[in-house]
Amino acid sequence: MTTEEKYVAAAYLVVFAFVLVYFLIMALKLARLEREVGELAELARKRADG
Amino acid sequence: MSTWLRNNQLALSAILAAVLVPVAIALVFFYAPVDEDGLNQKIFYFHVPIALTAYACFGWGAWKGLVHLWKGKPGADLESYVAIHIGVIFGAMTLLTGSLWAKFRWGHWWLWSERQLVLFLVLFLFYSAYFMLRYSVEPGPQRANLCAVYSLFGVVLIPISFLAIRLANQYIHPVAFNRHGPQMAGSQFFTFCVCLAAMLSLFAALYQFELAGKRLDARLRELRELLA
Repeated sequence: MTTEEKYVAAAYLVVFAFVLVYFLIMALKLARLEREVGELAELARKRADG
Repeated sequence: MSTWLRNNQLALSAILAAVLVPVAIALVFFYAPVDEDGLNQKIFYFHVPIALTAYACFGWGAWKGLVHLWKGKPGADLESYVAIHIGVIFGAMTLLTGSLWAKFRWGHWWLWSERQLVLFLVLFLFYSAYFMLRYSVEPGPQRANLCAVYSLFGVVLIPISFLAIRLANQYIHPVAFNRHGPQMAGSQFFTFCVCLAAMLSLFAALYQFELAGKRLDARLRELRELLA
């Protein structure tokens, strides 16, 4: 791989890495929201049962 | 806008981005010719559209800030915040991809003498400071108003940054577009347009995705308070 090719690959990898990290953060957030929905559903069920 | 379209904005923008981004990469490497600048010119196809998308994000954030101040539309503050957040991500990508191109082409990671670069950095830092402001004020109408005003101040830097290279006396940073049109072959311009569409669709998808997450978060908080 020439130096020029390395720089081009690095530039595209930067973009790919940023998007990937963004999705990772959003996935973690979604997992937290899913957990919270579960907790709230449990709370609502307990309320309904009296 | 039809209700169906409004309800499926996230899915539509995600599909568009999923189609356009691979097509753009394929065009860059298999269709666009390698010109006299060499292979490193391939960075241009993503670097410039990412920079233009960052401007679009900041512009959209400022527009939503204006809508908040002008009409007091509920949710406009959150939309402004999300647009600026994604704009900062695109700004960071612009700076990094630009630095990689500059290192190979100029032999320097950064040149302080380049107005275009410095103005973009100022714009990037200005909008990065937006988060410091936002998280130093208690949530509420005051924070929303302050953030909206801040986002509007920043948008003034966009045309200055955009035109800086044309106002500069000495050009180092290449000019791809001037008053005579695009300075590239037809196939290169077509590839560039597809790359720009891909980046804008990626912004639209990330914007809708993050917005949906933030709205869900807010509704859950509301529900938790009601059930507490």
